[in-house]
Amino acid sequence: MDFTLDSEQTALRDAVRGLLSKTYDSTETRREVTKTDPGFSEKTWQQLAELGALGLPFAEEDGGFGAGPVEVSIVAEEIGRVLAPEPYLETILAAGLVADLGSPEQRADVIGRVAEGALVLSFAHHDIADAVVATQSGDAWTLSGVKEPVLHGARADLLVVTARTDAGVGVFLVDPAVDGVERTGYRTHDGGRAARVAFDGAAATPLGDPSADASDAVALAVARGQIALGHEAVGAIDVALRTTTEYLKTRKQFGVTLNAFQALTFRAADLYVSAELARSMVTWATLVLQDEPERAVEAASRAKLQVSRAGRHIGQEAIQLHGGIGMTAEYSVGHYTSRLTAIDHTLGDGSEHLARLASTVTDHGVVDPIG
Amino acid sequence: MKLRLSEEDAAFREEMRTFFTTQVPQSIRDTVAARRELTKDQIVETQQILNAAGLAVPNWPVEWGGKDWTPLQRHIWHEEMQLASVPAPLAFNASMVGPVIAAFGSQEVKERFLPATANLDIWWSQGFSEPDAGSDLASLRTTARREGDEYVVNGQKTWTTLGQYGDWIFTLVRTDPDAPKKQQGISFLLIDMTSPGLTVRPIELIDGGHEVNEVFFEDVRVPAENLVGEENRGWDYAKFLLGNERVGVAPVGSTKRWLAAAKETAGERIASDPLLAARIADLENELLALELTALRVVAHSADGKPHPASSVLKLRGTELQQAVTELYVDLAGPLSLASGAQDGSDVPDWARVSTPQYLNFRKASIYGGSNEVQRQIIAKTILGL
Ligand SMILES: Cc1cc2nc3c(=O)[nH]c(=O)nc-3n(C[C@H](O)[C@H](O)[C@H](O)COP(=O)(O)OP(=O)(O)OC[C@H]3O[C@@H](n4cnc5c(N)ncnc54)[C@H](O)[C@@H]3O)c2cc1C
Repeated sequence: MDFTLDSEQTALRDAVRGLLSKTYDSTETRREVTKTDPGFSEKTWQQLAELGALGLPFAEEDGGFGAGPVEVSIVAEEIGRVLAPEPYLETILAAGLVADLGSPEQRADVIGRVAEGALVLSFAHHDIADAVVATQSGDAWTLSGVKEPVLHGARADLLVVTARTDAGVGVFLVDPAVDGVERTGYRTHDGGRAARVAFDGAAATPLGDPSADASDAVALAVARGQIALGHEAVGAIDVALRTTTEYLKTRKQFGVTLNAFQALTFRAADLYVSAELARSMVTWATLVLQDEPERAVEAASRAKLQVSRAGRHIGQEAIQLHGGIGMTAEYSVGHYTSRLTAIDHTLGDGSEHLARLASTVTDHGVVDPIG
Repeated sequence: MKLRLSEEDAAFREEMRTFFTTQVPQSIRDTVAARRELTKDQIVETQQILNAAGLAVPNWPVEWGGKDWTPLQRHIWHEEMQLASVPAPLAFNASMVGPVIAAFGSQEVKERFLPATANLDIWWSQGFSEPDAGSDLASLRTTARREGDEYVVNGQKTWTTLGQYGDWIFTLVRTDPDAPKKQQGISFLLIDMTSPGLTVRPIELIDGGHEVNEVFFEDVRVPAENLVGEENRGWDYAKFLLGNERVGVAPVGSTKRWLAAAKETAGERIASDPLLAARIADLENELLALELTALRVVAHSADGKPHPASSVLKLRGTELQQAVTELYVDLAGPLSLASGAQDGSDVPDWARVSTPQYLNFRKASIYGGSNEVQRQIIAKTILGL
């Protein structure tokens, strides 16, 4: 058992931190970038690619760098620390499905370009009403229905779409430029972008064998995304907590700095507890993904539940302990709260994961983290 | 980064599991599993079995019976012991006075006390708290006045856990009432509880049980050789002791076992009551997060310095311990009233003990440095507030 980063991993962290902390050096810079479409910096996206961050988890023969979940978690956490708006999670998650299900040609076509920063992918998964349906005629497939919200769906160069097939769930690649795809993009409260993506007989290419149910592959890809999001949240939590404690040490009221009031410092101590527990859980989930992937779906639910709790606790208290300044768009902590709220509701919120865990609670005695 | 235990540690875990589940009498483990009170004899018997196998005091220096284990192995030892419902070695001996004597005592004091302490031939009590010195322990007032080669002790200790079984008591006493700081005039003194002038009086707790006592000292004469380390340095030794105490008090394994047992107790109800299922799943997740934090702490504390997150363990560990005792009361519902039921009652055992246990475990967030004191430590030493 080992919870430390090796020297290459540390170097990766330092490189990504160096890039992102320079790029997003203030709340103002980030607000500038998120103000206009596509809601992130294409230049930063290229720089992330140059650092190797976009191809990390993919096999070298597909054009990736053959790293693993730990490396992804390192990048995600750095993204979380500065709330970098680049579509990292979306692209990595969707590309993961191409890597898992795609033919050698599909993998060669997509993964290498993702790693180079030449493709932004979106994972169109959430059905707003009836599920998107895939229909086959001859060798050709078409999709109909609506996915929303699709994160970065309006900017994406390629969509990875889940749809209902006769076999269950199928996964399809859709070129958003084809007839029958209509995208309506908008801002999300955390400065991100999402879209309504309507398919009306849009041409689609199956990833993998469309006569088989791809539910398990989707569940694993989603679990990977949930765990990466957990790390993003932990990065954001760390900074929100640090910002708050710094504020308590400097803000004066009643002639003293606020840390003179135990009513406030005790709440800060509780935030620290929440933050550490969340960090422990997402780190564990990443190691489960690396060492015991058959247990990753459960581990991702556990991590997502913990992160939901911690994100709400810290997000709410970070604003409260700042007072009025915490409410302003000019100041940082409110944006962290907004982002943590968005993360909570992406790929299943705390309640949803608790319900899942509750439904399997009698399947085991004690939970053994080591297996 | 990797999750799996090394082959060596996995073998170690297996060895511990086998020992605890085969070498400690089933009747003792059943008593713990049923959350009933252990007798003094059961506690002594267990510790002597562990000690004979070299498993009672692994945290001590090797020359006094300790083990050259890594922090992770020590954690595994502790967890497996709890999971197997084996009563832990008496904390007063194994985690408190033993390490202090081993670190600060003279060779003579070590030889005289350490072997008997490891084997629980001496049952130690902890005489720190006083009526007016709780969280602010350094304000203690029990005095030890030097007279020739003796100290004369006067004053009162309180909350002395299992003092009714105590052979000896390790105390903090004021040896220099004129020291400029109250922390400076304190010494660490070992006192034979059969000494004339020493009386033990029981305190009944809200669960009706008798586990704590008051201890009175009236001109109790103590040989000066019973001083540990140097006179007036007792506060340093106490801080060392309390530091060890905090690390040992995250009771993850036993809480996990209680929670697993609660699921068995609840049985079919879990499937038909989604709120209950969610409450249990939630507790299970919180406990996992705590256990993983404990693992992070032990995996990182190889250099001897405690990981900052260790202060989370006591705080959160006791909260979850209390939450599980609360769950049992709710599972019992109206049957939780039947704490006094005897033969002839239909109320099952687990329901009878549920409320006394719940009431009893309110103590967990008070002793060992109250949870407010833990928050203070986190705020000050970790967050710099
Ligand atoms: C069951 C049980 C067994 C015990 N066994 C032993 C034993 O064997 N030997 C022994 O020496 N002692 C023992 N203790 C004593 C225990 O260590 C003390 O109870 C503890 O130190 C708290 O002291 P107090 O009870 O005087 O509470 P107080 O210190 O008076 O505290 C009262 C309340 O105020 C809070 N508080 C105190 N100071 C602060 C502060 N600065 N900031 C914020 N909040 C504060 C506390 O957290 C608590 O909530 C035992 C206690 C119990 C309940």
